[in-house]
Amino acid sequence: MTLSEFQQLVTTLAADGEKLIDAATTASSLEDARTSLLGRKSGRLPELFKQLPSLAPEELREGGSLINAVKAKLEARLEDRRRQLDAASSSKRNVDLTMPARRQWQGSKHPVTLVIEEIEEIFRELGFTIALGPEAETEWYNFTSLNFPPDHPALDLHDTLYLGENVMLRTHTSPVQIRTMQKFKPPIRILSPGNAYRRDFFDASHAPMFAQIEGLAIDDGVSFVDLKATLTHFANQFFGKTKTRFRPSYFPFTEPSAEMDVECQLCHGSGCPGCKGTGWMEILGSGMVHPSVINAAGLDADRYTGWAFGMGPARIAMLRYDIPDIRILYDSDVRFLYQISR
Amino acid sequence: MNASYEWLRAFVPFSLSPTELRDLLTSRCATVDDLVPLQADLGAIVIARVVEATRHPNSDHLWITKVDAGTGTLLDVVCGAANVTVNTLYPFAPVGAVLPGGMKIEKRKIRGENSEGMLCSAKELGLGEDKEGIMALTLIAEPGTRFLDAMPIGDTRLVIDVLPNRPDLLSHEGLAREIAAATGGTMSRPEIAEEKPFVIRTHTVKATSGKVGDITVKIEDTDGCMRYAGAVLTGLKVGPSPDWLVRRLQAVGLRSINNVVDVTNYMLVGFGQPMHAFDLERIARGTVVVRKTRGEELIKTLDGVDRTLPPGAVVIGDAERAQAIAGIIGGSGSEVSDGTTEIFLEVAAFNPASIRATRRKLGISTDASYRFERGVDVEAIPALVDYAARLILSVAGGIPQGNPVDLYPLPKRPQPISLKLPRVARLLGEPVDAIEVEKNLRTVGFRIAPEAKDVFKISPPSWRHDVRGDVDLAEEIARLRGYDTFSSELRPFRPSAVPDAPLVAVMERVQDALVAAGLNEIRPMPFVAEGRGATVRVTNPLAEDEAFLRGDLLRTLISRAEYNLARMQGNVRLFEIGTAFFAGEDPAALPGPRKTALPREEMHVAALVMGQRSPTHFTKAIQPSYDEWDIKFLAENAAVAAFPSAAVKLVPGAGETLWDIAVDGIVVGSARRLTLDAPVWAKPAFGLELNLEAIEQGPARSHAYKAIPATPRVQVDLALLAPSSVTAAQIDVLIRREAGDLLESLTLFDEFSGQGIPDGSRSLAWALTFRHPERTLKDQEVQGRTAKIVNALEGELGVRQRTS
Repeated sequence: MTLSEFQQLVTTLAADGEKLIDAATTASSLEDARTSLLGRKSGRLPELFKQLPSLAPEELREGGSLINAVKAKLEARLEDRRRQLDAASSSKRNVDLTMPARRQWQGSKHPVTLVIEEIEEIFRELGFTIALGPEAETEWYNFTSLNFPPDHPALDLHDTLYLGENVMLRTHTSPVQIRTMQKFKPPIRILSPGNAYRRDFFDASHAPMFAQIEGLAIDDGVSFVDLKATLTHFANQFFGKTKTRFRPSYFPFTEPSAEMDVECQLCHGSGCPGCKGTGWMEILGSGMVHPSVINAAGLDADRYTGWAFGMGPARIAMLRYDIPDIRILYDSDVRFLYQISR
Repeated sequence: MNASYEWLRAFVPFSLSPTELRDLLTSRCATVDDLVPLQADLGAIVIARVVEATRHPNSDHLWITKVDAGTGTLLDVVCGAANVTVNTLYPFAPVGAVLPGGMKIEKRKIRGENSEGMLCSAKELGLGEDKEGIMALTLIAEPGTRFLDAMPIGDTRLVIDVLPNRPDLLSHEGLAREIAAATGGTMSRPEIAEEKPFVIRTHTVKATSGKVGDITVKIEDTDGCMRYAGAVLTGLKVGPSPDWLVRRLQAVGLRSINNVVDVTNYMLVGFGQPMHAFDLERIARGTVVVRKTRGEELIKTLDGVDRTLPPGAVVIGDAERAQAIAGIIGGSGSEVSDGTTEIFLEVAAFNPASIRATRRKLGISTDASYRFERGVDVEAIPALVDYAARLILSVAGGIPQGNPVDLYPLPKRPQPISLKLPRVARLLGEPVDAIEVEKNLRTVGFRIAPEAKDVFKISPPSWRHDVRGDVDLAEEIARLRGYDTFSSELRPFRPSAVPDAPLVAVMERVQDALVAAGLNEIRPMPFVAEGRGATVRVTNPLAEDEAFLRGDLLRTLISRAEYNLARMQGNVRLFEIGTAFFAGEDPAALPGPRKTALPREEMHVAALVMGQRSPTHFTKAIQPSYDEWDIKFLAENAAVAAFPSAAVKLVPGAGETLWDIAVDGIVVGSARRLTLDAPVWAKPAFGLELNLEAIEQGPARSHAYKAIPATPRVQVDLALLAPSSVTAAQIDVLIRREAGDLLESLTLFDEFSGQGIPDGSRSLAWALTFRHPERTLKDQEVQGRTAKIVNALEGELGVRQRTS
């Protein structure tokens, strides 16, 4: 017999065997199928084995592996079918246990909420509490008390939605810092999550309303090292062990000011289009609270120092959940929300 | 701010690569957002030597050349340039190369002769305006060498995010200053290649008027203009700029206009000082005056727009009219053009606030206004006038008319800052070393004089307006040492003395309750159109149909549900915790000058459900949809979560309102049937909304444990026939009253009307569970109470026990 003739026989056996196995509907008919295929005495496979020596010696090895492969395949098929039949007959009611489970709707928190909660959890361990404040603010709380010089280019970064003369939708959650310092004496360690507004048209990376979370620590002798240490700790908790970098920045209400970068979460520092090849990702702005801010809020800046930071949970949510367009976060498509709930 | 790597190297020699430079600037003073390699489109250009040049037989201006481009064989190239010279090197575009203009070089026949490439002019390579001939190269290089490798034209553009406090970094000189300080290099202004050097020395006067050449210069508005200098240059030849100047401007993304205008732009980007050149022939009666605008003044500006000057604007006028809007944009009337031969060159410092106010009113921003509103280096002006004048003369010829005049009526007094090192150390959290501080500050131009032990008198350089107090110096000290050198070890701290805002816990409980009920939280925009309870208007909205802030959240949820229906999604379960806005008090009644009241805000929760109550499952072909009993549950649930210590009651409402949600007797919200813009297949929608701040509450109390009873219970079912006028609530109250405290629970388990039930009645079936906490109940006890209940129901409400 030639190898190709032998191969033909093996293939036919494989096809017949699978049909036979699938056709079995009870344990006993499956056993019959097994016997006729693999049975020691007259099974078709052992019969085929006996033909092996008729191959040319150099074809023996190949013929053997062909037939062994079919043997393994049929045995696996038999086992699968046995399990299926077992499952179908295990209950008295003859239930098909492969049918889908009865599910319930899963509720979910918004991705931005999840990010805020995660941030809060890390800072709560460091003695922080949560403060809230109004979304409509006066110019004094939103700008003046925060050391924004009147009619200064720094205001260009805060394109404002006004509600009237000197009244506006807050452009950041920083007014909560002032309101908290007015009401409480140090030690102050607060986080203020909430919505802020800018006159930005909706596009893939801007929204006229966005969530912000800020932190403020004020006490006797709080320092830049405390700022660095706390925010580095936060970054390592939130992103997993990561490299961080601090570099100079500018906010009217802090001096010195610092931007914190973490290793790019996409390329882990090797440089990619996401980080424009720098290997870093800008995460938050921070700084030592400007003495004039502490004084404006009615505390003594000669005695108390402090630091503050602010970040955008929506950007972090986009990073975390690989969301390419910020509008997806606000459109409220249930298919998106359903993904998050899983 | 765009900066050129090579231009920076013209100020300070450094050996950093563009990426190293990016990292240095980012960690030290300003974030470099991007690095753009320039002239990358010249990558295919090589250097080639013309070996032979003969006249084209069919043309009187073409040449047939044999070119060695390092390929091993000589190439035939037809060339149209008059200056083609044998044994000279030229940039060569081989077949397949694409020129900056997009032209692809192909092998072709020109008037019958083969041409296998192109010898290029500077213009064709985007390297200058010179299109007269091909670009003869004076360098020494092997034919075939990449043009970019052999020529000093490769450059990298740095896109730098300069923050508002550091206008000194809006120039190459300013950036070079930081690079020099960081690398230990020395910064110097690039040499000007002058054929005949002029000695120009600006004459500074502490006055509001002066003369330069025949021109009278005056500052009328000393508030709007702190310093005003001008030079008069005549005999100029306005024309194309030299290649080096074009290249500098191109590297930062500016277009070359003519040699005079290019120099002013070069000074702006190079030194951060905006300058303006007026065509002197157009300046009436030799007068230049800096003044406030008068009445309704009109000016046509360089961008071709006719503008009405806003009140308060500062202008540069001649004897008759405004010729420029000071510090913002020039007028087209005195624009430097090809015919210009004499100019008045203005170098000034204007009031930042005034520039900002005017340019905002005009709705424009220019490179000049951008720098003036952030503040230029007032003290640098005289030296820059000299430099710019010499530069113009070197590129456009001409001669200076006398020395430039410099009006500086009120010289700025330096304001030294007293710096106490221990205060800085306390703020930074680490000791600061006096010697290091002194050394570092000097590298960036600060002057330092000791005052006492650990106390210094520090004078910031004139270009650092941002450094005013000791905290600003603390930042300098920290950044010059490097933020990364500071410790990041956590140190002991005192926990916050501020309690959580009371709403935090309320919001969390409500959120958890609704998530547990299978709802998805959303965080949508709060903007809506006018009406339907929206009373707070945004003065400058992004869109007129979203000019108001919502007064209720359900309105937003409805629009989000409609958004989903439009996308064929009918199973919608949404909730939001967010702010509702209401117009504040009458502004007229407010004390003081402020005539806008803050809106009143309430934190609300709202939820919306529609569609299947649970996901499709084969055991039940048709899943029931949400109905009013679901929203009743969700409303109760949300209210109890929000106000756990209060009595929550749902009171039947009227119209679309199914129930009012009452908490301790106060209505705090409602549950409603909702009307949506919905397709026919959509299921009914139900919603709830409640005000989480409606009643004051303390921290939630926990429920105390009640012992699980060990005694047996007795169950009685009562099937009642009730007239339609009697409510379930009435029956509930009566049963509880009559059953007394042995009644453990009461559950309505069936409602039925129709067959077998008289018209005007319904059947209600109740399960009553009796139990005594300490002993087994006797049958008679239960029977007695049941009988009492049945009697009272019949007597008081006309409700009978069903017999069949």
